[in-house]
Amino acid sequence: MFRNALNSIEGVSIFPIFSLVVFFVFFTALGFWVFKADKKYVKHMENLPFDNEK
Amino acid sequence: MRLFAKPFFSSDSHSGGGGALEGFYYDNKVVKAFMIAAVIFGVVGMLVGLTAATQLFWPTANFGIPYTTFGRIRPLHTNAIIFAFVGNAMFAGIYYSMPRLLKTPMFNRLLSWIHFWGWQSIILAAAITLPLGITTSKEYAELEWPIDIAIALIWVVFGINMIGTIIKRRERHMYVAVWFYIATFITVAMLHIVNSFELPISWTKSYSLYAGVQDALVQWWYGHNAVAFFLTTPFLGLMYYYMPKAANRPVFSYKLSIIHFWSLIFLYIWAGPHHLLYSSLPDWAQSLGTVFSIMLIAPSWGGMLNGLLTLRGAWDRVREDPVLKFFVVAVTAYGMATFEGPLLSLKNVNAISHFTDWTIAHVHVGGLGWNGFMIFGMLYWMVPRMWKTKIYSLSLANTHFWVGTLGILFWTLPMYWAGFTQSLMWKEFTKEGFLAYPNFLETVTQLIPLYAMRAFGGLLYLIGTFIMIYNLIKTAGQGSFVADEYDEAPVLVKNVTITGEGWHSVVERKPVMFMLLSLVAVIIGGAVEFIPTWLVESNIPTIASVKPYTPLELEGRDIYIREGCYTCHSQMIRPFRSETERYGEYSKAGEFVYDHPFQWGSKRTGPDLHRVGGKYPDSWHYNHMMDPQTMSPGSIMPTYPWLLSDKYNKNQLPDKINAMRTLGVPYPEGFEDEAIANAEAQAEGIVKSLADAKITAKGDKEIIALIAYLQRMGTDIKKEQTAVK
Repeated sequence: MFRNALNSIEGVSIFPIFSLVVFFVFFTALGFWVFKADKKYVKHMENLPFDNEK
Repeated sequence: MRLFAKPFFSSDSHSGGGGALEGFYYDNKVVKAFMIAAVIFGVVGMLVGLTAATQLFWPTANFGIPYTTFGRIRPLHTNAIIFAFVGNAMFAGIYYSMPRLLKTPMFNRLLSWIHFWGWQSIILAAAITLPLGITTSKEYAELEWPIDIAIALIWVVFGINMIGTIIKRRERHMYVAVWFYIATFITVAMLHIVNSFELPISWTKSYSLYAGVQDALVQWWYGHNAVAFFLTTPFLGLMYYYMPKAANRPVFSYKLSIIHFWSLIFLYIWAGPHHLLYSSLPDWAQSLGTVFSIMLIAPSWGGMLNGLLTLRGAWDRVREDPVLKFFVVAVTAYGMATFEGPLLSLKNVNAISHFTDWTIAHVHVGGLGWNGFMIFGMLYWMVPRMWKTKIYSLSLANTHFWVGTLGILFWTLPMYWAGFTQSLMWKEFTKEGFLAYPNFLETVTQLIPLYAMRAFGGLLYLIGTFIMIYNLIKTAGQGSFVADEYDEAPVLVKNVTITGEGWHSVVERKPVMFMLLSLVAVIIGGAVEFIPTWLVESNIPTIASVKPYTPLELEGRDIYIREGCYTCHSQMIRPFRSETERYGEYSKAGEFVYDHPFQWGSKRTGPDLHRVGGKYPDSWHYNHMMDPQTMSPGSIMPTYPWLLSDKYNKNQLPDKINAMRTLGVPYPEGFEDEAIANAEAQAEGIVKSLADAKITAKGDKEIIALIAYLQRMGTDIKKEQTAVK
């Protein structure tokens, strides 16, 4: 049903593949970047709420 | 506020600052204004909710006047709680935390105040129009078009103020809370605009641009994501700020918060169709909703665990600190609601839960637990800091916590029980194969003690809120309000080249790119659901015998909308034997093609009405609307005496026909000129049939139009069957 519905839009076959690729790449890159993220950066970020306390 | 002798971790060169120190003031006044508005409207919203809850076990609590009947005050309650209580509290939380995270005052004080007063005027407009029955009937989007435009404008003011603040920031990186605020702004703007496309016929009346299945899909894409992006994402942002502040330690895992953010905003937007399972929505769209709802468990629980684990090593303080207590229950409620939500999205669970009080219990775990308790915790944290003092009474705050928690339990447990009970009664068959409870009313009267307990739970929660108000007023009284709070930070040096940083930290310090990425993430889900449903005709098979409403029926339908009948009656018979036995043929997508807006409803406090047409004589409806108890002893439906005495607006009929034709309903050209005569002729027929039953009524009364609509409902498809035979 899903495929039939979408098939009647011209050139639609590329949409789901494109979306899947974009999001797969995005989340893989995100996961990779998060895993490798600089410790100093992470430490700085997580302490931002405390920076106003003097 | 001096929490540490020296900063928890000193910010290093990574902040990218490096310029000369600059001093500036945070504006606490607007935060205070939003806090006060949140508390006042919180009490109002809860009182209205308590009144509505009371009417369900004591119907005369509607005072016998139109403005306070359940169908009109239920939307008033939901709108007051969502947009006035939670909305104002969200703005207070954002206007306090965002400048401090970005080390700059809000962009523009005038914009802050336009935002504040604009938002309060919208709330006032809602409080006037909803009791008057001026409504679009789209849940949580009931406000009519002029107010919709005002909402869009004020929302843009908020957005400009927020983006301006981000651009003026002295901190190179945006903390994760700010991302959630940005996503909230962008997505709510998109949802509100797409769902509010309507054709006005007067200042107080419009018709949805969409019809039937499409209207339902757009509405629940909106409805679901109003929960996601008005009640959830901003509060997750607030959690990421206030939870670490209250616990005095950074969030458990900043890395997890990054994944939490992106996966949550990407997945949430797809899940709307889970509100329409077993409805006439195409199957593929229903399945899409289910699949994405299940996936949502991952980011939701990631966020919940991140919040709770922030307390690692500080659990002993939860015993003493009421702020942490409120936060712990809030985040736990969030975890429960976001686990339950996906379960309710499974078709087999939804078959039991949908249209019952189970859904109501589910949203109140979120509303009372997650939003309410987050707000209470935030207020207990912010007020002493803004007034430079300590909380007036810890024991009163603790009392509030326990009374509120008991309130949630008394509220939700009876409603879960009511949901299971009613659903099982609907579905029970005797050995002979007949419905065990063929009279719908039996399944309602069974629940009345539970409704009373629920109202008691609501009362407890409200008492807790009053305790808080007293405590906070006393707290403010013993301190002195700091209207402008001084801070200083190094100037942000522009155009510095930062080497060796990952792509994500680049994205996250470029606000415009960040916003575009978030927008793309939220557009895709909606687009995949809408485009095929709009473009592909095979998704909504047409039924030849389904014809547009007559002018009188259309008028009756508008009265049905005005009275909020959809708050208790569905118009969607699901394809279950228990429903086709009770109500008749299940509902088909093609039957709703002229329904601007759709009236499927989401809750059955009364029976489904889709096949009510022709089921009872006109006189039954007349007496039933005058006093439901005469026709159905024990009924908790309100009386509608004004429908018998008020005249419907005949003169607007031509405009309504024209508007419907513009929206694609195939009324022949020139039909608008015959509309009034057509309505009068049809009314005459109903007056005659009432006279046969010894009821004297005039044809120009609202009740006549309503009867015309009720008698038409769901009958077109029967004509086709007769023709085939």
